[in-house]
Amino acid sequence: MTLDVAAVRREFALLSRMVAGKPIHYLDSANTSHKPECVINAMSSFMRESYSPIGRSSYSLATEASDVYEAARTKVAKFINARSSREVVFTKNATESLNLAAQSWGRANLQPGDAVVLTHMEHHANIVPWQMLAKEKGFEIRWVPLTSDFQLDLSSLDQLLRGAKAFAFTSMSNVLGTINPTRELCAAAHAAGAIAIVDGCQSVPHMATDVQQWNADMLAFSSHKMCGPTGVGVLWAREDLLDSMPPFLGGGGMISEVRLDDFTCAELPHKFEAGTPPIVEVVGLGTAVDFLQGIGMNEVRRHEMELTNYAYHALTARYGNDITIHGPVNPEMRGATFSFAFRGVHPHDVSQVLDQHNVYVRAGHHCAKPLMRLIGANATARASMYLYSNESDVDALVEALDDVSSIF
Amino acid sequence: MSNLEDLYREVILDHYRTPRNKGELPPPATCTEGANPLCGDEIRIFLDIADGVVRDVRFSGHGCSISQASASMMTIAVKGKSVADVRAVAKRFKQLMTIEEDDGKVPADIRLGDIEALQGVVKYPVRIKCAVLGWNTLLEGLDSART
Repeated sequence: MTLDVAAVRREFALLSRMVAGKPIHYLDSANTSHKPECVINAMSSFMRESYSPIGRSSYSLATEASDVYEAARTKVAKFINARSSREVVFTKNATESLNLAAQSWGRANLQPGDAVVLTHMEHHANIVPWQMLAKEKGFEIRWVPLTSDFQLDLSSLDQLLRGAKAFAFTSMSNVLGTINPTRELCAAAHAAGAIAIVDGCQSVPHMATDVQQWNADMLAFSSHKMCGPTGVGVLWAREDLLDSMPPFLGGGGMISEVRLDDFTCAELPHKFEAGTPPIVEVVGLGTAVDFLQGIGMNEVRRHEMELTNYAYHALTARYGNDITIHGPVNPEMRGATFSFAFRGVHPHDVSQVLDQHNVYVRAGHHCAKPLMRLIGANATARASMYLYSNESDVDALVEALDDVSSIF
Repeated sequence: MSNLEDLYREVILDHYRTPRNKGELPPPATCTEGANPLCGDEIRIFLDIADGVVRDVRFSGHGCSISQASASMMTIAVKGKSVADVRAVAKRFKQLMTIEEDDGKVPADIRLGDIEALQGVVKYPVRIKCAVLGWNTLLEGLDSART
């Protein structure tokens, strides 16, 4: 059964918005996704009917709110096949999740002489937290290079991992669309005695995730790229690992006991959730997970593969050598994210002209400057799709690009 | 096609396609780097200043049509002018870009000429940063030349 895109699109009111009397073509879902009605409704009805503090007060309304909040945690745990909902920590966003990993696990485990291995295709969120800590702790950061066809070059991976304590990598590049062999990378990390930290921001919204099948140790992802609201992210980590990690942020909610001279931490996962969490947003994320599960992540992936194939051929058939797509050709190896260069026109100018046609793409370095340097671009234009994207969005992109040539 | 013609005026596209004073100046000319971290645009402004006059100017780097054309037009506007007049032109330009208010301090005879073609940028707020990148770098260069 194929995905009924028209039905999916009806759930996203914003997609039928007109700008200057014409429909819009939102091709920036790798940046952030739109929200279905069910998520918007769940958040507003929760605020209208059930809103209360969670985990603190004992009256019935607070208990009800706590139950809804914790039910969302269970949904997220099932969505990624975590062993237990105790392994799911809610953060502000995936960036905070990765900072938590670095500041809590990294600070407790890394010292001079140690190494953390990253890849050349990481988002700044999986680079800078490690660099910040390395400046302080004096450990080494090593980099997995890329092949000419935009894959990780694994030929010297074992050597890079030798003596490393952690291997932190993205499961899908936010620039290239490349899908990395997460399971194999986790195995390589473990073989070297390192833990595997996965930045799942780009893959979790778009394909089935199974942290047990991956045998990963940590996974970071954000709600707002997977039909949920902004303001909440997730750090999943193996329970024994979370147990061994010191707390990250201190405050209310994360303690068991506080005396003048010391404190003890709350049980997992609350140990890592200091202060009032984004309650409404977590409820929205839970509903987004229900929404995606209802469609089926394999259906989402299949739809995006078809669309990737369609887009690749439509762009190259029309523009041939005038367009350079920075990423793998094979739709099995990539997500529906296309970074491209077009006829030597600067990406900002490309996106400006596309905007005139209500075709919304991102132009810039996509928070991946080391990767941009590697592919020899200061910036690219990037069109990225999701379950609600359709062939008409691709066609609009192809048509609008023609107008770029008419100006430049 | 569109109101993009307001943004991409012919004089702007001309400076983009055929930038003036693109290149470098050897020391003792000053070299100042500027970048727009949001889009990755980078620019270098070379200034040869003597006796309070900008005797020569070059720019290098890469960026979108607006940043490149703006830098190119800027070099023409400032070459041969006194440092004080260059600062006044820069101030006038920032007023045009609506990022500085007109405080009446820029003399009336300071005119922008062709550069006024960039006025269309104001309708596209995210592009204002592109247009002023070269100018801000120029001002930094003037500051460093003074010390």
